[in-house]
Amino acid sequence: MSEIRTLKDLAQKPDLLMSGHRLCAGCAAGIIARLALKATRGPTIVTNATGCLEVATTIFPYSSWKVPWIHNAFENAAATASGIEAAFRAMKRINKGPLAKYEHVDVMVFAGDGGTYDIGFQSLSGAFERGHDFLYILYDNEAYMNTGIQRSGSTPRCAWTTTSPAGTVIPGKREWKKPIARIAAEHEIPYVATASPAYPMDLVKKVRKGLEVEGPAFVHVLSPCTRGWRYPPEKTIKIAKLAVETCFFPLWEAEFKNGEIVYTLSAPSERIARKPELKKPIEEYLKLQGRFSHLFRPKRREDLINEIQQWVDREWKLILKRCGKL
Amino acid sequence: MAVKQIVMGLNGDEAVAYAIKQVDPDVVAAYPITPQTIIVERFSEYVANGEVHTEFVAVESEHSALSACVGAAAAGARAFTATAANGLALMWEILYIAASCRLPIVMAIVNRALSAPINIHCDHSDAMGARDSGWIQIFCENSQEAYDSTIQAWRIAEHPDVQLPVMVCLDGFVLSHTLENVMTLPNDIVKKFVGERKFVTVKNHFGKEVPLILDPENPITIGPLDLYDFYFEHKMQQIDAMGKAPKVIEEIGKEYGELSGRTYGLVHPYKLEDAEIAIVGLGSTMGTAKIVVDKLREKGVKAGLLRVRAFRPFPVRQIVENLKDKKAIGVLDRAASFGAYGGPLFNEVRNVFYDQDIRPLISNYIYGLGGRDMPPQRLMTIFEDLQKIAETRRIEKTVKYIGVRG
Amino acid sequence: MSSEEKLPGWREIPIAGVPYKPSTEYKTGDWKVYKPVINYEKCTKCMFCHTYCPDGAIKIREDGFPEPDYDFCKGCGICAEECPVKAIEMVKD
Repeated sequence: MSEIRTLKDLAQKPDLLMSGHRLCAGCAAGIIARLALKATRGPTIVTNATGCLEVATTIFPYSSWKVPWIHNAFENAAATASGIEAAFRAMKRINKGPLAKYEHVDVMVFAGDGGTYDIGFQSLSGAFERGHDFLYILYDNEAYMNTGIQRSGSTPRCAWTTTSPAGTVIPGKREWKKPIARIAAEHEIPYVATASPAYPMDLVKKVRKGLEVEGPAFVHVLSPCTRGWRYPPEKTIKIAKLAVETCFFPLWEAEFKNGEIVYTLSAPSERIARKPELKKPIEEYLKLQGRFSHLFRPKRREDLINEIQQWVDREWKLILKRCGKL
Repeated sequence: MAVKQIVMGLNGDEAVAYAIKQVDPDVVAAYPITPQTIIVERFSEYVANGEVHTEFVAVESEHSALSACVGAAAAGARAFTATAANGLALMWEILYIAASCRLPIVMAIVNRALSAPINIHCDHSDAMGARDSGWIQIFCENSQEAYDSTIQAWRIAEHPDVQLPVMVCLDGFVLSHTLENVMTLPNDIVKKFVGERKFVTVKNHFGKEVPLILDPENPITIGPLDLYDFYFEHKMQQIDAMGKAPKVIEEIGKEYGELSGRTYGLVHPYKLEDAEIAIVGLGSTMGTAKIVVDKLREKGVKAGLLRVRAFRPFPVRQIVENLKDKKAIGVLDRAASFGAYGGPLFNEVRNVFYDQDIRPLISNYIYGLGGRDMPPQRLMTIFEDLQKIAETRRIEKTVKYIGVRG
Repeated sequence: MSSEEKLPGWREIPIAGVPYKPSTEYKTGDWKVYKPVINYEKCTKCMFCHTYCPDGAIKIREDGFPEPDYDFCKGCGICAEECPVKAIEMVKD
């Protein structure tokens, strides 16, 4: 991806997601979609699972998309992508049909955590197994934000949501976040990565790499949500960065090479692996978000904060191990 | 003059698969389910032997099968799938989306009873559950028609006035697994009849008139959020397209007739002209019923039948014209509509006569659920009942269940 | 509902629910309470503000400086928060 080396180069790339969409002020999904589209390399078709990004960018009669775009349903973005990719392949085979004129067409999916971890998991796993050439971008805001903040398989433990409220007996969600990117990697697909809008060059590089590999690719992007995570909108990037700095959301890549899943830490997390003292306590991440406020008020819940810290440490250790850093 | 044809021994599923091989669509995405499985098996062989250019997507569910067809058809491909019963039920959500996005997908439904209890045999409860989804529904009497309709379906679906997906329904096992002599057209004739897929155009959000497909050069947005200010208008467009479909189905059925010697319409009457009593129904049962009509005619009974080939769009005018002067009509439903006053076909048939000055006496016979057989003797009892109704001018029981133990 | 009557009828809009207007015809600028104001004496053209804007509402001028597009800026304040030289101030709109 020689044409994009700096943020200045990135700024030169035209925006394929137009202004005038109706995502909330400060929504990370808008940043992620803009950046991902700047990483496209040629003719691209986008399919979007039902969710915030889909709804807010295509309120009839308006559309924000400068690329061909289709929303089918909630749980079938990967299956829809399979069909688009199959159509292109078939047309190329006989050099006939409307897409035959293109040397290549990239197929890109945007889906939220609900459409990926939960309801869309079957169709995603099936499409991975079949090996379609497509890139699936998960923008993970850790709950069903489009319907008003309900817990998903991605919501972290202890987070408040409207279906995992912080009550007097139960302090928010009881289950841990499902390791979706590692599950994706275990499908032995060519490319899996985690990314963050706080590290735009890293994100863009990963999206481009996902498009370039032949076969399925999965890029998991953490997408802070001002409404659902309960923080002021200007803090979106700050929080996304803290997720990486606390190792709550480490950045890495996993490539399937010569029959092996090869994990590599990406620069921001690699720095922490080299200098563990850079790793910030999880509390710094939690305390900025209203969804975790019951861990601090009315009474500090040291037990729960410790529990989350232990989970982060365990997951971080696991990633370090996979990356050959332990 | 009809072209030279080759007789092949095919069951209904094989007839569909063979027709699809000749059409050679870009994408087939399907999942196996009895009694549809033979279609995907045969088609997989065509793919494995390089007889088609089709990309076969062996999906992990019927939901994904139709979802992939939506993606493919939106990308400008010809897309086909096939299913039955629970598979169709699993697709339910996407049925509406495919139709609303105006994607000319063709799907074979090998009619099978819905669970529970699980049953693999024929009834029409699966297709009837999909009757309001915006798909055109064609019911076949035999394997020949399954072959012929599978070819015609593409022309109907892709017609610029229609642009709607089409279901070709054939009875599970009765047709799907029963060998028949099927007259097949030569490959080049089928190719020519079906032609290349043509695209309607729409104005996109950059003010340009562009084909209704996902083309990077002419981007459009498909499947947006549509609220109370425009949703109703989009539904009106679908209603309008359905309204235009009957003429298209008839035109294409006629054109196909000129080619093959087998002409198709919306309804197919049999010995109906001077009939006093008649049955109305769908699918293979109506083939058996012809034998019964013949027997009754031998006895001097003026019996006839009307087979409804297109259930959606419902052929209102054709039903009235064919049946208005009959004394008694029996509507056969191979599906129960729980809690309703009679089966789905009965409701529609009786409804269209409400506006007529002279109305035949119309009663309902629900039969064949879960593959319960409908032999000629059973059909005979229905005609006998209709004779009684015609004579007494009285329906004792409007909805009757045929062949169920008391 | 008179506002509905002014909208086009079903024969006049594209079929299949295909949108016919770019979202740039829908101004989201009136959502904001505070607007970003750039101090061009401090600005280093680093592009963080443009990169991090969820709305693509910070355009790049020909001279390479960023400029907020108030037609679309929702006033989230990410640009001001992330500006490494504190060249952006949020002021009441």
